Amino acid sequence: MKDELKKRTIKGPDGFEFEVDPLHDYYCDAPPKVHPPVYVKIVEDMFNWARSESIWILGFGTGCGAIEMRPLMTPRFDAYRYGVQWRPTPRQSNLFIISGYLSVKTLKRVIRSYEQMQSPKYVMGLGSCTINGGMYWDSYNTIKKLDEYLPVDLYVAGCMPRPEALLKGFEDLKKIIRAGEGEGANIYAENFDWYKANQKKVIHDWDMPDYNW
Amino acid sequence: MMHTLYAELKKHFPLGELTAQRENLGFITVEREHLRALLLHLRDKEGYTHLVLLTAVDWIEDGIFQLTYLLSNRDKRCDLGLRAMVPRDGASMESIHDVWPTAATYQRELFEMFGIDFPDSPGVHDPFILEGWIEIPPYRRDFDTKKFAEENFTHREGRETNDPAEYMKKQLYPDGA
Repeated sequence: MKDELKKRTIKGPDGFEFEVDPLHDYYCDAPPKVHPPVYVKIVEDMFNWARSESIWILGFGTGCGAIEMRPLMTPRFDAYRYGVQWRPTPRQSNLFIISGYLSVKTLKRVIRSYEQMQSPKYVMGLGSCTINGGMYWDSYNTIKKLDEYLPVDLYVAGCMPRPEALLKGFEDLKKIIRAGEGEGANIYAENFDWYKANQKKVIHDWDMPDYNW
Repeated sequence: MMHTLYAELKKHFPLGELTAQRENLGFITVEREHLRALLLHLRDKEGYTHLVLLTAVDWIEDGIFQLTYLLSNRDKRCDLGLRAMVPRDGASMESIHDVWPTAATYQRELFEMFGIDFPDSPGVHDPFILEGWIEIPPYRRDFDTKKFAEENFTHREGRETNDPAEYMKKQLYPDGA
């Protein structure tokens, strides 16, 4: 465990000594809860329609696939006309695009970012690396099956998929959300122990709380 | 150009053989004791002021690591690689971070990926790229990366491999004609 995460005694500027346990004091480690639909179907449908028209993507590129998002942000493909935009922080976004190969080291950051996103949230796997490892199928450092670690709503296959394929992916994701099937956050909460066990199986130096929103 | 430099260096240092790959790219094998003096000579007297890279090759059959120090002479547009051999068991090498500060980063990488130790190099034992690595260093050739991936990462069923020639034959001539 890193030094800054260890329990220690700190002397404040006023000379008062106090104990800090970063993993306990700085993070919330309560497990996520399932939030089932609470309103009648027609209201939920309207919510889902609204959600589907506001796909805000976390600006976090994990692999080479992130390069496909630049033409989407710019006038050539202009994804903004579909209500898709990129946000700089997980707190403001509801779609996480895992763009290509995902190394174990990045997976750790991805889990932290994903857990900080607000529900309802969606995950899109981009490229063959997230599906079955792609060309990194025998790599010592990249995971091969993304849905073992995060609830994936949609995969966009290809190596690399063109920006058009991503636009099609957004349209398909909208259909999934409108049908009320974009339940990734609830699936994650329901199978929390299973996901955590899978994550800890590959991340050998787990030095964060189990849930850190 | 390479051969004149080699003849010049040979007067001062005991050198191994020269592999001249191009007019302006050559490799010289040196004993590790002479490496440091040779690097300093090249840097200060011959104008090889830039350390392009420091990397290793695992000659597992011979039980040695080959360290390659690639230097560049900007004025003459000339690159020279120095090869030093270190035994594989308890691999360790003298640090050159005081000759080129950038070497410290390469040495950190070599320690993590090959397990070659460079005592005195700043931060050489700090974690660098890998996090929570539990196996032998992954660039060593006795590390089986496929086996490691199969044991650690879940495999998705349904991945098929086809011989391209056979596959296209079947697609284009399904009757076997």
